[in-house]
Amino acid sequence: MNEMTKIETTLKDWETDQEVRWCPGCGDYAILKAVQRTLPQLGADPSNTVFISGIGCSSRFPYYMETYGFHTIHGRAPAVATGVKLANPDLDIWLVTGDGDGLSIGGNHMLHVLRRNVNMQIMLFNNEIYGLTKGQYSPTSRIGTRSPSTPIGSVDRPANPCAFALGAGARFVGRGFDVSKNLPDVLKAAHAHQGAAFIEIFQNCIVYNKDVFNDFAAPKGAEDRQLWLENGQPMLFAGGTQGIALDNENLCLKVVDVTDGDWEAVGVIVHDVTNRSIAHMLVELPFGPFPMALGVLYDDPRPTFESGVAEDRVKATAGKEANLAKLLSNGQTWTVAG
Amino acid sequence: MATQAADTPHDPALSQQPDAVVVRFAGDSGDGMQLTGGQFTLSTALAGNDLATFPDFPAEIRAPQGTLFGVSAFQINFGSREINTAGDAPDVLVAMNPAALKTNLSALKPGGLIIADTGEFSKRNLDKAHYDANPLEDGSLAKYDLLAFDISALTIEAVKPFGLGNKDALRCKNMWTLGLALWMFDRPRKPIHDWLREKFAKKPELADANIAALDAGHAYGETAELSGPLKQVHMPAMPAEPGLYRTITGAEAVSLGLVAGAQLAGLPMFFGGYPITPASAILHHLARLKQYDVTTFQAEDEIAAICAAIGASYAGSLGVTSSSGPGIALKTEAMGLAIMTELPLVIVNSQRGGPSTGLPTKTEQSDLYQAVYGRNGDAPLPVIAARSPEDAFDCAIEACRIAVEYMTPVMLLTDGYIANAAEPWKVPDPASYAPFPAKFLTEKNDGEHLLPYKRDNKGARPWIKPGTPGLMHRIGGIEKQLNTGHLDYSPANHQAMTDARKDKVLGVSVPDQDVCLGAPGGKLAVVGWGSTFGPIHRAVHVAREKGLDVSHIHVRHIWPLPGNLGELLKSYDKVLVPEMNTGQFKTVLRDQYLVDAQPITKTSGQPFYVHELEAAIEEALA
Repeated sequence: MNEMTKIETTLKDWETDQEVRWCPGCGDYAILKAVQRTLPQLGADPSNTVFISGIGCSSRFPYYMETYGFHTIHGRAPAVATGVKLANPDLDIWLVTGDGDGLSIGGNHMLHVLRRNVNMQIMLFNNEIYGLTKGQYSPTSRIGTRSPSTPIGSVDRPANPCAFALGAGARFVGRGFDVSKNLPDVLKAAHAHQGAAFIEIFQNCIVYNKDVFNDFAAPKGAEDRQLWLENGQPMLFAGGTQGIALDNENLCLKVVDVTDGDWEAVGVIVHDVTNRSIAHMLVELPFGPFPMALGVLYDDPRPTFESGVAEDRVKATAGKEANLAKLLSNGQTWTVAG
Repeated sequence: MATQAADTPHDPALSQQPDAVVVRFAGDSGDGMQLTGGQFTLSTALAGNDLATFPDFPAEIRAPQGTLFGVSAFQINFGSREINTAGDAPDVLVAMNPAALKTNLSALKPGGLIIADTGEFSKRNLDKAHYDANPLEDGSLAKYDLLAFDISALTIEAVKPFGLGNKDALRCKNMWTLGLALWMFDRPRKPIHDWLREKFAKKPELADANIAALDAGHAYGETAELSGPLKQVHMPAMPAEPGLYRTITGAEAVSLGLVAGAQLAGLPMFFGGYPITPASAILHHLARLKQYDVTTFQAEDEIAAICAAIGASYAGSLGVTSSSGPGIALKTEAMGLAIMTELPLVIVNSQRGGPSTGLPTKTEQSDLYQAVYGRNGDAPLPVIAARSPEDAFDCAIEACRIAVEYMTPVMLLTDGYIANAAEPWKVPDPASYAPFPAKFLTEKNDGEHLLPYKRDNKGARPWIKPGTPGLMHRIGGIEKQLNTGHLDYSPANHQAMTDARKDKVLGVSVPDQDVCLGAPGGKLAVVGWGSTFGPIHRAVHVAREKGLDVSHIHVRHIWPLPGNLGELLKSYDKVLVPEMNTGQFKTVLRDQYLVDAQPITKTSGQPFYVHELEAAIEEALA
């Protein structure tokens, strides 16, 4: 996000007149509403906001936002967005991608947009499937996923989007899911972050991978299976009866029982969003033995790419004039007399 | 038939003051031959001769020393008359080692002069060059003039006072050789002295050593003249149009033309590139020109380079990307996006030998199909081809103009030869080019409504920068609805939009085709495009001097083609199309005009020789 004049809008101002073409019941509807609800709260200006996407179900997103929008080609949205940002750093850019678009065909660009730290919000809708091409397994599908291209189950190990992002050098990693009421808070934190902010959003593909996240996303028992991280707050879940502590011997995280709310006694960690070591552990936390870590997992800004490019320009042009006629006659010249 | 005369002096004896001379410097890739050639070129230009050069070097940065594939050569043709090519056959071959002699001897003109460094003709180096006996001693070079002496030892002797180690001392050999060449052609040493002092400003002892080597080589010339085949030649200046001149390579000219083009459009330039031979030089040049509102971005790959340029164009800059064949192939899908979203974009393709990795450092014109046809869907874009380093400047400006005025990607074709070759350039006055300021939409263009795909009389849609208050809209690669730009797959709409994109590109205003040498109509037209201009022009010139009815037509606008080209071609009995590919432009001409265009093809990684084309002309008219 850049310093901008806050303007007053309502959710309606962010809706286009285009018919939304996702399948009825698709998790994308909830994400769309969450974004449209969040932007007025940020005081964002539709004229200054650009949604840029690749290809896939998620990437239709820009058509439904009453902002500037660019639906690009498969996997390349980070590269297009980098060019947009360098050409006009004042624009507020939201990148929309999916697990196939962002981690398979566009994995390389995802690596580099994070590494360079181009200031934008990157929403990766992870539904663990290729929806728009009718249900093939994706790079985040779990082993054994049956799909048209893997009739008896996939054999390759899935990528972990948040671990990928952190490994690529991301300075902000957040996680949420489509119907979560906390998603706007994660989006707001991402928007406040100066630099590339990576948000994995679990999204329910009701046609090809229905309810694949129900283990933690279903309302029933959610308390026990979701660890919502908050900066400065202890890592507690299950109504405060369990927490996450450091296993000093094995250098990993462990679940501890909390009695009578005395989490300090059992060493529950207070979440520090700038702790990169803990962030690495959080993104790798296996769901099952552990709850799903959600919220802002990591947030520790560094100078952005576009600010570096701007500084480079100042250095490179210091004391140099832009005189085209002189430039053309650079170097050793000679004159032919008339 | 004259097989040797062509674009080289008709008289092999240098001492008889020819009107043009071809010199080739050849050595190991670590010997600094490109540097020697570059400085000799500069001194030639300063002497007022017209010139053309041909740097020919291996793909390996430092190939194993002394090997045949590690030879690096630099050829220059200069004269007191107009020079069109780097010359067919050298009059002088400087061979710094046996491998350089072996790989370059066949090109040398009979009676030509060989200057060889005996210090490098050791048993070991002879073995590496697969010589059984020393060619300097076994009489096998009898049909040439031979000047063989120990340049290595003379260089070491000359730089002795400066306390350099043997290795550093030997690195001054190229300057010693350059000094001798300067003497041979009666050139002042001062510009080279100045250049060396600047180059080694931080190591004055190296500057002094190199200057001493240069001076020693120069002094040696006078001595050698007394006893051997070496003669001093004075090449008078070519009568040229009055004005200020400099030398320029194609890569420099493209870079400067892009800067000028962006300024004429009143736009900041965004250049996205990825390292690739021989296109990287453009990225390097532009990276130093940030004060001209240029942003350069070295992307993670070719695709990101073009995508970032498209993003920058979308945001209101002039997006430019550059590559060579294999990299252009990777950019193909993104070109389609720029065509669909109708954004301005300049794509520079410095062609090299293909397919695949092909011949990275050798030249070819084999990406014409790729440029004109090589995309999925009906995806037309304008294509312009530069004919020479100096022409590349104007072509780059023209590419920018078309991109901005028609809201379209434009491809500019050069090739490895144009990119690396240097020639004198009459420095143009930037004020003499008509500006073509870009216009951005700032208000709704249909009453209450915004129509992002409403076309102007050129068929171009409006350019709308994100950030403009109230003009929010969406674009993308999915078929657009006429005017509104909304998603629309309906049959009639796709037909209408396909037609609109095609008509827009076919409607790009292109100057009528002229005949650059000869007459409209006649027995034979030789039609060329790109860097074959030089050899074709010279060959047609020579043929016409012999009284043959042949004309040269050079096509700059490959797509769309000039409106009168079909009629013009039909006014000749025969049409020959020489190309450094297997006949790609010939196919386009046949398709467009149903003319019986006959190909002359060459895919050796080397430019055409003038005599090859002379022979083809004579055969066609026989």
